[in-house]
Amino acid sequence: MTLAEGILAGDQRAIARLITIVENRPREAIPALQALYPHTGKALVVGITGPPGSGKSTLVGRLTKRLRQLGKTVGIIAVDPTSPFTGGAILGDRIRMQDLATDPGVYIRSMGTRGSLGGLAKATHNVIKILDAAGKDYIFVETVGVGQSEVDIVKTADTTLVVLVPGLGDDIQTIKAGILEIADIFVVNKADRQDAGRVVAELEMMLDLSSKEVEWRPPVYSTVATSGKGIDAVVEGIEQHIHYLCQNSKLEARRRERYRAEIMNIVKEGIITQLLDFWSVGGKLETLLAEVAAREKDPYAAAWEIMQTFTGNGKGGS
Amino acid sequence: MKERPIRVLIAKPGLDGHDRGAKVLARALRDAGMEVIYTGLRQTPEQIVGTGIQEDVDVIGLSILSGAHTHLFPRVMELLRERGANDILVIGGGIIPEDDIPALKKEGIAEIFTPGTTTQAVIDYIKENVRQG
Repeated sequence: MTLAEGILAGDQRAIARLITIVENRPREAIPALQALYPHTGKALVVGITGPPGSGKSTLVGRLTKRLRQLGKTVGIIAVDPTSPFTGGAILGDRIRMQDLATDPGVYIRSMGTRGSLGGLAKATHNVIKILDAAGKDYIFVETVGVGQSEVDIVKTADTTLVVLVPGLGDDIQTIKAGILEIADIFVVNKADRQDAGRVVAELEMMLDLSSKEVEWRPPVYSTVATSGKGIDAVVEGIEQHIHYLCQNSKLEARRRERYRAEIMNIVKEGIITQLLDFWSVGGKLETLLAEVAAREKDPYAAAWEIMQTFTGNGKGGS
Repeated sequence: MKERPIRVLIAKPGLDGHDRGAKVLARALRDAGMEVIYTGLRQTPEQIVGTGIQEDVDVIGLSILSGAHTHLFPRVMELLRERGANDILVIGGGIIPEDDIPALKKEGIAEIFTPGTTTQAVIDYIKENVRQG
């Protein structure tokens, strides 16, 4: 049985192996990903983002339990930061989801960012496809704890939840650009703390300030993830948002943008790899660099020369 | 090609609540460039094996101070065999009497690290013994 066949049959080891290959040797994973692609597109991808310690993992654990009660299967991708110094990482999100480890309807995978800066790991979108093909109804993608501008999740998820907690700053924070702009749903967690009501009020006020007519106004939910309070309402909110996306064929539009970005990335990487493979042979690139260093050529001319590689000898382009 | 990070699951089976050692080791392995999945206290063998398989780890490190290793360690190995995952390197650490070690090794635990072991010794052992590929 091939890895792809194993994954379609729901074999956990096959899923695990292909994810490892996608992370470590992405080129080797291409045939399996191609075989799986016709079986993808059914899962709903829900992004969870927010500052470190805001309760994202606990929330994901709770939301998953609720979806399991409703008979849905769930995949979870939990991203934690990789050390820029050693390449190592502590992946600790599972601590908050311990009792899900033995549920056959749930698959959890922890990933290190391995140098990516947008809040996700580079292989995340392919891992989503693998879990999608394996038949998961919902896929949660939990970002690293973010600051203000790590917004890759919005290019990855159908629905994005932004988790906030009391005590992070005043109302000016809520009108700044960045992660607050990407929310389809707001969750104010740790709502048993003092000032949680104020955070909700400030968010509502920020939403009132919006100058454009919006079709979807992000709802603001209060939760206490550790006790499970407010979780059912968030699950309903996610379902409502998906319903809204489906009604207006917005889901297709969002996904189409994702396909565009993905194809462009593959093209860019492919072209760069081909060009650099060609130019590294026989020290051609080093010679060019030396010419730039000696001010015989400028960087633009050098880059142009590289870009002309295949158009010049008729191998491609027009 | 860049070396892939070794993935290690550090787990505490059973009921003891002391995870200082596990955390020190997790941190040391992180600093040695490994991806360490840390799952916290009071894990059942079923949870540990389920996690190890989903995370496709190269190594499972079991830390135990309660004295229940003679029961819990073999149970982990049995579950790994049942699920065809006994290629994962399993090591143990904690308060484990010398006399118990041969039996644990016979069950398939590759190595046992007792108090006084340096974190460097564990790092070296993992790097030398982890499966290739």
